[in-house]
Amino acid sequence: MKPLKNIQSTFIPLTEENIDTDQIIPARFLKSTSREGFGKNLFRDWRYYHNDEAQPKAGFILNKPEYNGSILVAGKNFGCGSSREHAAWSLLDYGFNVVVSSFFADIFKNNALNNGVLPVQVSDKFLQKIFALENGSTLSVDLEKQTITIDATGEQEKFDINNYKKTCLLNGYDDIDYLLSIKQDIINFEKTLA
Amino acid sequence: MGKTLFEKIWEKHLVKSIPDGPDVIYIDKHFIHEVTSPQAFSGIEKRGQQIFRPLKTVATADHNVPTINQHLPIVEELSRLQVQKLVDNCKKHQIELYGLGHPFQGIVHVIGPELGITQPGMTIVCGDSHTSTHGAFGSIAFGIGTSEVEMVFASQCILQNKPKVMRINVEGELNKGVVSKDIILYIISKISASGATGYFVEYAGSAIRSLSMEARMTICNMSIEMGARGGMIAPDETTFEYMKNRLFAPKEDAWDEKVEEWKKLYSDEDAVFDKEINIKAEEIEPMITYGTNPGLGITINANVPTVESISDEGERKNLIKALEYMGLTAGQSLKGMPVQNVFIGSCTNSRIEDLRLVASVIKGRKKNENVNVMIVPGSQQVAAQLSAEGLDVIFTDAGFKIRQAGCSACLGMNEDKVPAGEYCISTSNRNFEGRQGAGSRTLLASPLTAAAAAITGVVTDVRELLN
Repeated sequence: MKPLKNIQSTFIPLTEENIDTDQIIPARFLKSTSREGFGKNLFRDWRYYHNDEAQPKAGFILNKPEYNGSILVAGKNFGCGSSREHAAWSLLDYGFNVVVSSFFADIFKNNALNNGVLPVQVSDKFLQKIFALENGSTLSVDLEKQTITIDATGEQEKFDINNYKKTCLLNGYDDIDYLLSIKQDIINFEKTLA
Repeated sequence: MGKTLFEKIWEKHLVKSIPDGPDVIYIDKHFIHEVTSPQAFSGIEKRGQQIFRPLKTVATADHNVPTINQHLPIVEELSRLQVQKLVDNCKKHQIELYGLGHPFQGIVHVIGPELGITQPGMTIVCGDSHTSTHGAFGSIAFGIGTSEVEMVFASQCILQNKPKVMRINVEGELNKGVVSKDIILYIISKISASGATGYFVEYAGSAIRSLSMEARMTICNMSIEMGARGGMIAPDETTFEYMKNRLFAPKEDAWDEKVEEWKKLYSDEDAVFDKEINIKAEEIEPMITYGTNPGLGITINANVPTVESISDEGERKNLIKALEYMGLTAGQSLKGMPVQNVFIGSCTNSRIEDLRLVASVIKGRKKNENVNVMIVPGSQQVAAQLSAEGLDVIFTDAGFKIRQAGCSACLGMNEDKVPAGEYCISTSNRNFEGRQGAGSRTLLASPLTAAAAAITGVVTDVRELLN
């Protein structure tokens, strides 16, 4: 996992609420046995008519070249539904390092953090402020300080992340490194289970 | 202060708490399948690690398998390779696999309970969000991502933040024609698709106690559809009766000892929940969804909400978008609307009791000629039971196609799909856009309501057929 610290970027707004992981990556694209290459199928059925790359849906924001950036800003309850980690892999592979929303589904949040994609939960009010910005505006996310800032106005909000996860992300460690380091504790614990 | 059932099990499995971080939780049983495990196997191999406790993991192939001609090689290449990868990985890492052709093969959340692998008081995980199903036995069971599958492979533990605890009490007697699927669809319609995010839910109350294990599994299964990490029901005589003599359940003296232990698995009277919701069983009627998340459900005789009736702007936009996708009009009635497909199956409703419910409606009747009906037993064992009880004859006489065990048309991944633009009354768990195939339109309902639509060809109040 790559370390993550500060991100300053333009963003892509997706105002829909309850975006489920079937939309992020439909099940028919889960047949791969590797972690790579999922970005081309991100939001597949929102991007193309009849699953055909020659027929992009012009109105969908990922198909508008003037919108770009490594931050996705989405309506509340992002990532609900299936536990497929492919959703996090496809966002990362497409080029997103940060997802901002006013509410995240639990499993998605874990999956994102385990892949170095930072879920930034903001208030509804702050989310609406971001949605109201002009295209081309930038956001700054400072993981160390746990802040997200609208650069044009300086408006800022703090976001929550536990210290353990923050340290992991800043250093590019993952949970498996940690679990392997406490293996003796786990073996001792097993003896207490009758 | 007393403890909740959830807290009792969590604390027993707590290896350690990381200060200002998650808890390290020991996992008793890990189920895997072909879709979310390959990257976890390659992950531990890349780290040069062995599987720490291979005996605590059980595998099956379900999501990406065909449901006809399972004895033949899988036609679609990527699917064939993915299923073969599971076979290779299990062999290499000495994991028990109930793969295609094995008499125990089936949907992972059907086979765990029916084999007696799922037991009260356990911690159970699987790379599938419907792992919450196993909570019906009074276990902590929840879905995980592939990185977490890799954690369990490497250490038999995962890191989790302790969720809050919610209790949903359903008291009273259920109306005729109302089954457990209606209870859970009703609950989700009340608290929304995100109403239990951050919580683990315990279901309690006299209406829950009166349910069979199959019915309890249906309820716990859909906990994730309101955002909950999992759902659970305290074990009781119904649980023990179901489990006794199952293949991997404890036997003889060990059984008696275990039952004594399991009887202590309940929330203490003075236990405090972060949230409690009370529901009267009498309020619940047969349910059906009209939208593109499982929270958008109504009773069978109600109308789809009007846009004006919704005050929240975001929700109003959601409703308009959902109805556009579904080809429905705000304020309309669903009853009498033609459907082209009926799907009876999935980890929610493919157990023998679900199929008995279907048979009770269709016995002596024929399916409507305009409806394509797929009926998919959840496991090879359910399929065998189906034949033993003669239900297969009832289904084929009615014109239903009985398929072989797998997730089938629940998720639009394998060969079984609903054609674009067509409606499907489905006993599965999700009605998301494209869930049953690109452009498919899903109406979630109980096995009884699905059976009724198969006969009439239109959305029907099953109580009219039961009279």
